[in-house]
Amino acid sequence: MRIAKETVEHVANLARLYLSEEEKAEMTEKLNSILDYMDKLNELDTSDVEPTAHVIPIKNVFREDVVQESLPLEKALENAPDRDGNFFRVPRIIEE
Amino acid sequence: MELHKLTIHEAHELLKKKEISSEELTKALFERIKNVDDKVKAFITLDEERALLVSRNADKKGDFSHPLTGIPAAVKDNICTKDLKTTCSSKILANFVPPYDATVSSKLKTRDVVVLGKTNMDEFAMGSSTENSAFFATRNPWDLERVPGGSSGGSAAAVAADECIFAIGSDTGGSIRQPAGYCGVVGMKPTYGRVSRFGLVAYASSLDQIGPITKDVTDCAIVLNAIAGHDEMDSTSADIPVPDYTESLKPDVRGMKIGIPKEYMGEGIDAEIRDAVMEAARTFEKMGAFFEEISLPHTEYALWAYYIIAPAEASSNLARYDGIRYGVRAKEYDDLIDLYKKTRSEGFGAEVKRRIMLGTYALSSGYYDAYYLKAQKVRTLVKRDFDEAFKKYDFILVPTAPTVAFKIGENTDDPLKMYMNDVCTIPVNMAGLPGISLPCGFSGGMPIGLQLIGKPFDEPTILRAAYAFEQATDFHKNKPGIEVIE
Repeated sequence: MRIAKETVEHVANLARLYLSEEEKAEMTEKLNSILDYMDKLNELDTSDVEPTAHVIPIKNVFREDVVQESLPLEKALENAPDRDGNFFRVPRIIEE
Repeated sequence: MELHKLTIHEAHELLKKKEISSEELTKALFERIKNVDDKVKAFITLDEERALLVSRNADKKGDFSHPLTGIPAAVKDNICTKDLKTTCSSKILANFVPPYDATVSSKLKTRDVVVLGKTNMDEFAMGSSTENSAFFATRNPWDLERVPGGSSGGSAAAVAADECIFAIGSDTGGSIRQPAGYCGVVGMKPTYGRVSRFGLVAYASSLDQIGPITKDVTDCAIVLNAIAGHDEMDSTSADIPVPDYTESLKPDVRGMKIGIPKEYMGEGIDAEIRDAVMEAARTFEKMGAFFEEISLPHTEYALWAYYIIAPAEASSNLARYDGIRYGVRAKEYDDLIDLYKKTRSEGFGAEVKRRIMLGTYALSSGYYDAYYLKAQKVRTLVKRDFDEAFKKYDFILVPTAPTVAFKIGENTDDPLKMYMNDVCTIPVNMAGLPGISLPCGFSGGMPIGLQLIGKPFDEPTILRAAYAFEQATDFHKNKPGIEVIE
């Protein structure tokens, strides 16, 4: 087992997920079995191989800085789960 | 006349001659949906009122010079449609109504395509069977006990069951081609960068591509014409001219060289599927093409590299679902972190969580080099295999999937077994190549998909070969026996 339950808990926190005890056990088991398969990749010597992040040569794309139409405020806010006027409402993050 | 059975080009001829109206056609499709979708369950959302309005508008304008004008279509539910719910088959986006159109959606609307509704999929396109939808599983019109494939299972099933004239899907590791193969229709994943991804809800950004699912190859070319092209809103879309793909539709493959990689024809592939692919190769040979066995040695590694790269990109892309700006927020929470965690834990399904976890792990400190970097290097090797092959061959011929559509529930307990379904399609995404799946036979009454893989931006060659094959065979003329359910 390369991943212990503690690692699963750590990664879940990084991913901002709560996992039930049952989910933790299942996740530990399934991630371990998937990662065992990933060992296949170590059969390949890739020391001299460049990584491919993108298949087509990507370069920065620039455009003129011109004013364009943007999403109307009301449209941008209409999917908000909680709003206050023209703001998204979130729990307090600054101590009083 | 059964209007719902028409292809795009057939419907277009009738619309142009004013023998039918777009409204009649649209009504016929809603009628068909009402008759069969209880069983097939291809659609999540229907948009009847607006669809009828669009069709009447097209009729009123009366200009049917463009082949897509007035044609009813279905759109996968991860492609944003302005003012029409787009859920990605996830609880976390169950109420999301996009304030804008994806570029593909607006391109269709410009031509007065009639969008009938949005189709079911595996949640966030993560899956190969459409069983991972948070809402319900879609069924294969050829056998309602079987899956339609995935993740664009709703789109493929809707086309196969004649619930739309064509559909739009997306393909990250086979999500257009595999369901098209399972449902006996035509599906194409264009070259990476050929179609704008703006407004496609991101799964794995370096692999995702939107493409057509249609009843025949001619329709595939027509839809590709309409959706391909550079887009300022997607900096990874290629600034390369778009040819007229319908000009490729000539039944002529004389002198073409076809490579059949042995790695796609081994033990993991059902014997009947291997036979069907070899039979297809002989059909090409009879038409004057030449084929031989080749080797793409890194094929089996592509699958495992994919299951690092795609989850890694997904874990980053899905970080945006935080319950703040859109989507569903958990009802009760103590603080901001608790809000994030509750929202995400309640909103995501099991497979999505699994991939987020796998991706977060692969990108986390201490593991990045061992997994993510290693996978990207393997990706280079996979791509090199294809580059070498394409120095000698015009296209590569392989199965679309190792089996025909499997039974609902058959693979849900074992993610590894489910992942194997994409073994023939994933390398194509890893290398960014175009691939098309079309019917080439049946096994136990279920359709077999034939996949043609082309050079980057050489959709014309695979369209031409696919068209030639279709003209020489009758597989595409078979229809599933799904009839009006009383």
